[in-house]
Amino acid sequence: MKSINSRRDFLKVSAISGGGILFGMVLPQVKSNATPTAAADFMPNIYIKIKPDGSIILLAPNPEIGQGVKTSLPMIIAEELGLDWKKIQVEFAPLDVRYGRQAAGGSGSIRGRFAELRKMGAAAREMFVNAAAQTWNVPAESCTVEDGMVIHTSSGKKLSFGELSTKAASMEVPANPTLKDPKDFKYIGSRMTDVDAHLITTGKPLFGIDTRRDGMLYAMVARSPAYGKTLQSVDDSAARKVNGVKNVIQLQNSVAVLATSTWAAKKGREALIIQWKASEKLENSSEHFAGFKEILEKGPSARGRNDGDIDSVKQQASKNLDVYYEVPTLSHGQMEPLNYFADVQEGKVELFGPTQVPDQLRNDVAQKLGISKDIITVGLPRQGGGFGRKLMTDNGVEAALISAAAKSPVQVQWTREDDMQNDFYRPAEMYRYQAALSSNELLAWHQSAVGIGRGIRGDSYVAGALSNYRSDSQGFTSNTPTGWWRAPGACTMAFVAESFFDEVCSELKKDPVAYRLDFFKKAKEAPIGRLGYDPAKYQAVVELVAKMSNWGTTPPGVYRGFATWFSFGSYAAQVVEVRLEAGKPRVSKVFCAVHCGRVINLSGAENQIQGAIVDGINHSMFPKVTFVDGAVQETNFNSYRFLRMENAPLDIEVKFVESDEAPTGLGEPALPPVAAAVGNAIFAATGKRLRKLPFVEQLG
Amino acid sequence: MAKYALSINGKTMSVEADADTPLLWVLRDNLNLVGTKFGCGIAQCGACTVHLNGEAIRSCVLPISAVGTGKVLTIEGLSEKGNHPLQKAWEELDVSQCGYCQAGQIMAASALLKSNPKPTDQQIDESITNICRCGTQVRIRKAIHLAAKQSKSN
Repeated sequence: MKSINSRRDFLKVSAISGGGILFGMVLPQVKSNATPTAAADFMPNIYIKIKPDGSIILLAPNPEIGQGVKTSLPMIIAEELGLDWKKIQVEFAPLDVRYGRQAAGGSGSIRGRFAELRKMGAAAREMFVNAAAQTWNVPAESCTVEDGMVIHTSSGKKLSFGELSTKAASMEVPANPTLKDPKDFKYIGSRMTDVDAHLITTGKPLFGIDTRRDGMLYAMVARSPAYGKTLQSVDDSAARKVNGVKNVIQLQNSVAVLATSTWAAKKGREALIIQWKASEKLENSSEHFAGFKEILEKGPSARGRNDGDIDSVKQQASKNLDVYYEVPTLSHGQMEPLNYFADVQEGKVELFGPTQVPDQLRNDVAQKLGISKDIITVGLPRQGGGFGRKLMTDNGVEAALISAAAKSPVQVQWTREDDMQNDFYRPAEMYRYQAALSSNELLAWHQSAVGIGRGIRGDSYVAGALSNYRSDSQGFTSNTPTGWWRAPGACTMAFVAESFFDEVCSELKKDPVAYRLDFFKKAKEAPIGRLGYDPAKYQAVVELVAKMSNWGTTPPGVYRGFATWFSFGSYAAQVVEVRLEAGKPRVSKVFCAVHCGRVINLSGAENQIQGAIVDGINHSMFPKVTFVDGAVQETNFNSYRFLRMENAPLDIEVKFVESDEAPTGLGEPALPPVAAAVGNAIFAATGKRLRKLPFVEQLG
Repeated sequence: MAKYALSINGKTMSVEADADTPLLWVLRDNLNLVGTKFGCGIAQCGACTVHLNGEAIRSCVLPISAVGTGKVLTIEGLSEKGNHPLQKAWEELDVSQCGYCQAGQIMAASALLKSNPKPTDQQIDESITNICRCGTQVRIRKAIHLAAKQSKSN
């Protein structure tokens, strides 16, 4: 094996058995970069595996929860490497520190990896080109790459990556490979079908729930029926007699029943006799909202942004608006109920199942079991939705504790009711919005927010374009747990701020599109204080969606609402069309313009936007979680109502602002404006301003 | 426990299960046909949709003792090569996001197309009541129309 250039700045090569080489990012905590691989596989780097038969496997480093990164991340590598997409396979990468942040959250996968994966693909491409050039004794510049072949342009000679792999393994790893000119992109910006599409449509085992291992037991866990209640006593004698039940394990505050089938585990759980005792206050949603109101009437304690002097402007205004908005607690409701497989043995632990944060899960299991994380392997299945629920590691930690106690491989299956009662919810919130108006202008904007947990902090976009702006907030203490829910913070504040802006427009008799554009112009020309957004990009999406929808010429029988929001680096503007069916509004069509930098997979990107819009319609219209004495009242989809086909729009038209900038977030940014756009359309249709989610309860 | 001889995807399969075990769990745990998914357990979401004698049913609430000699068709048996017009349309239009509910959606749609080869939007609204949390409904509707068109021209 050839000596290796030590000057490379981000790539590292190390010898491995079998003649392959591998490089990854240099990370100080990595002692050895050697990765064992099948003797004959060639790995130009940690993302690319070339089998002896020439077949090529790309490794997708981040969890796939439906956001499409198992397809879009490998597309970036394939683009730079020059592969034939139809001939590659994609596998999940193992959990390994060299892959950096292996998580799904914050719309960060593409944003965080675009530059890195381009460089990885380009570096490997140069190694193949150099290997071919040496073989033919020609200059590397005289060779091109296409569909996994290096071609000597003038002679027409060709060698495949597979044929070149042994030679390529001895090539120096280029430190600064030349990236493709974006005008030559073949895959980036094109439409690619999800790499698992055929496996999905044919029902192949792909998900955590499909995990099967020899000797595995199925488990169900009886957890506390209400927040504030803890385990007092268990009588498991009847449960142990249930046909198929093999073991009952008591954990700190729950009881697991292990059996030979899911159904037997469920029946065993039903046969447990458990006494729960109230050890804390048993809370009610009605008390949460009453508490919020009290705080907002007094004024929340934490002062955020404070531009100008809203108090004196309020006094001089010709009109003041002062309204309250509220959003309920929500559950995540991902379609695949939580589950997890764990096999905890002496000196060896296998974890496999749904998580958005495999690294965190491994750390948490190591800590809970008091073992080294080096003996833990974490495998990733495809996941039936995430929406932020699996940023918490409770499902995996629980499975590991049960497996350790039972000394058996175990698959813990949650029911829908388990998911509903044991979530980390999107917190309930209440907002007070006040505005001071002259006869034809918005003069001051005052946002006050309170919510369970830390409370909501952040500014809506009138900040930076309005001389008098203030935001106050306060958290609300509760023993009902909260967590991250798709587009956290933005998903509720956009509803409130964008609905209220529509109220302001309606009071001032302004066109909501034109009036927003006025504010972006002000922000561009004479910003006030810090600008948390780029007004030019906001302007671009608003103008594009106005054009797409032919704003200003509403078809007969159609009522329209508009909203726009910036989050996770991207801008989304939407026009929602509502029709009245038997007097009730149905969203019939949605237009959406997005600025997210360069789009990688056009099909996947559109799918994310369309999905986020349906998600937004769903959660603006139907579900809510209500706590009564600490217990969730909506325990399944019969009461936690979700949108069906009959409530979905017939069409969602999506356009992206063309951009050469690096990609920004995509999985979340189209969700925040939806609820406001729907509410504003309902206002246009019915004259009724809906200031409370879900809407369906107020539509009669 | 009792023994049952079931007709699944054209084959007779014998299983031993408690009489009240839902068909869903027999498919998944006894027969390892895991394409049929668990979502709610109360016939609300449709992730567990299979055909019983050609009709779409929710297997999470059908006890195995009630299946009798009925012919069960699951996603694994919908087509021999995974090339049912709906499966092809689903791939062509890149319908899936997380993919979890899609087998159930396809089984619901295939039962619809059997009884109504060219459904209108309103008929799709009425008969496809499965939940998709990712929000792929717009593409599902388009894929059903596409499959209907392609089946007709076949």
